[in-house]
Amino acid sequence: MTNRRPSFLIYGLLGAFVLGSAFPFYWSFLVASRDNAVLTGDFTLIPGGNFFSNAMRVFDTIPFWKALANSFIVSGTVTVSVVLLSTLAGFAFAKLRFRGRGALFLFVVATLAVPTQLGIIPLYMAMAEFGWAGELEAVIVPNLVTAFGVFWMRQYLLDAVPDELVEAARMDGCSLWRTFWHVALPAARPAAAMLGVFTFMQSWNDFLWPLVVLNADNPTLQVALEKLQSGYYVDYSLVLAGTTLATVPVLIVFLVLGRQIVAGVMQGAVKG
Amino acid sequence: MTAVLSKVDRGRADEARPRPPRRHRLSKLDTKVSPYLFVAPFFLLFGAIGMFPLLYTAYVSLFDWEVGADEPTFIGLENYKTLFADDQFWNALFNTFSIFVLSSGPQIVVAVALAALLNENLRARTGWRMGVLLPYVASLVALTIIFGNLFGPQYGLVNDVLSAVGIGPIDWQADTFGSHIAIASMVNWRWTGYNALIVLAAMQAIPRDIYEAAVVDGASALRRFFSITLPLLKPTLIFVIVTSTIGGLQIFTEPKLFEPSGGSGGGAEHQYQTVVLYLYQSAFQGLDLGYASAIAWVLFLIIISVAGLNFFLTRRAVR
Repeated sequence: MTNRRPSFLIYGLLGAFVLGSAFPFYWSFLVASRDNAVLTGDFTLIPGGNFFSNAMRVFDTIPFWKALANSFIVSGTVTVSVVLLSTLAGFAFAKLRFRGRGALFLFVVATLAVPTQLGIIPLYMAMAEFGWAGELEAVIVPNLVTAFGVFWMRQYLLDAVPDELVEAARMDGCSLWRTFWHVALPAARPAAAMLGVFTFMQSWNDFLWPLVVLNADNPTLQVALEKLQSGYYVDYSLVLAGTTLATVPVLIVFLVLGRQIVAGVMQGAVKG
Repeated sequence: MTAVLSKVDRGRADEARPRPPRRHRLSKLDTKVSPYLFVAPFFLLFGAIGMFPLLYTAYVSLFDWEVGADEPTFIGLENYKTLFADDQFWNALFNTFSIFVLSSGPQIVVAVALAALLNENLRARTGWRMGVLLPYVASLVALTIIFGNLFGPQYGLVNDVLSAVGIGPIDWQADTFGSHIAIASMVNWRWTGYNALIVLAAMQAIPRDIYEAAVVDGASALRRFFSITLPLLKPTLIFVIVTSTIGGLQIFTEPKLFEPSGGSGGGAEHQYQTVVLYLYQSAFQGLDLGYASAIAWVLFLIIISVAGLNFFLTRRAVR
């Protein structure tokens, strides 16, 4: 409220919260760095020396690298598709005049809250029919567009591209496609990047549907982690070595793009 | 920009000169048709992979439809009759709401408090914001596994800490209420910082002169918070509640993976089985697609009504 620097108490409270936020990650590494037998009973915050051997056991137990590559392929394809198709439709809704625009956009807004995840049963039947069960197509195709993406890009492009600029391009004989490609797309870059980051994270963390259609031989990272944990006897130093390894890429992304992610959330990005 | 314009000029020079009328016709066609072509990919794909499966779920729910059976038989509303008499369904619905209340209530309060802290004139502002957002980016599966370990009934850290201060041990897996608290704390841990940033954004949008006027009138900081900040945050808080309702009622990963080697999840006595988990188990382990579709459709209607109600409330709050 004032321009005064806040007291140490406030820094202390925030610091405690951030430590609490980070702790489970550290705990995961801590358990992963130790020997399973040592775990029972004694508690220490100093890592042991077994992380490497536990990580090797993860690679022996699940197809980790394949799962990692699959997750990249799936999330990458989904992200490119969502960003491109959302920007295209968002541009049309924001800047072009056509009959039915209002009604169609109302449909987009109305479907924002629709839990399409609940349609997994017919989706599963369809994938079985197409022979895609177990294949990456099955997790890519159902996520190629989101209503949120269209809504988000439309809101941004309303202000980001002046109507006069679109008019000028049209006067110069630019087709609408070229107007989109050379005027709208460059202007949309900041919002598109943000949409991209959020779509990627959401796709990366998706679990229910991949669990339904993929199997242990060709999993995404999340499905592979589940297989690691579901054995009869749980070896926590093994399982948490897996979660630690799976968390590393996400943490790197967060360190690099954290500033943008914070800005995106504060501009009202939607929940994953 | 100059590059763009020069490209445009060149294009015009090539195409336009010989036959202006044709170009004009094409341009008109472009204006009329292209907007539809631009929105078509979204609507076609969303219709095929979003709306159609959801609506088809209602159709499947009218059949006795089992995986591998020859021919689905039409049975009308029989699945719904069974469902409304199914104790496990009501139990799952209760668990879902119980976990939801335990998570969204404390979460909103802490998120507002946290946002107030972040709204101070902090050093390294972005760093603090990133710090509270950290849990949001982590993979839900990994987190659930880690929390499952922390809340382990025998050697879990939470019980170790609690017994050090003379409480417990609590069986976080077998106990109904205990398991709900454990699962709710995962949800809270993941979403509180995220929601705090949304609330923070709303706080920053409140005009400063309102506060200055209140200071002149001699209002204390606490009074300013309760009489100015909180009322003006109402629309944002409702938005946060709506989104966490839609997500919270579909909770799946946490109850599925909470207990290691816990079979299909949800607990031995279904003490923390949620509706979506029950749906998953009915469809892909019980192989009863018709029944699972009835569960999906009922949950869908619940979510839509709750979201609709919230939308109505939001609009009134904004006015």
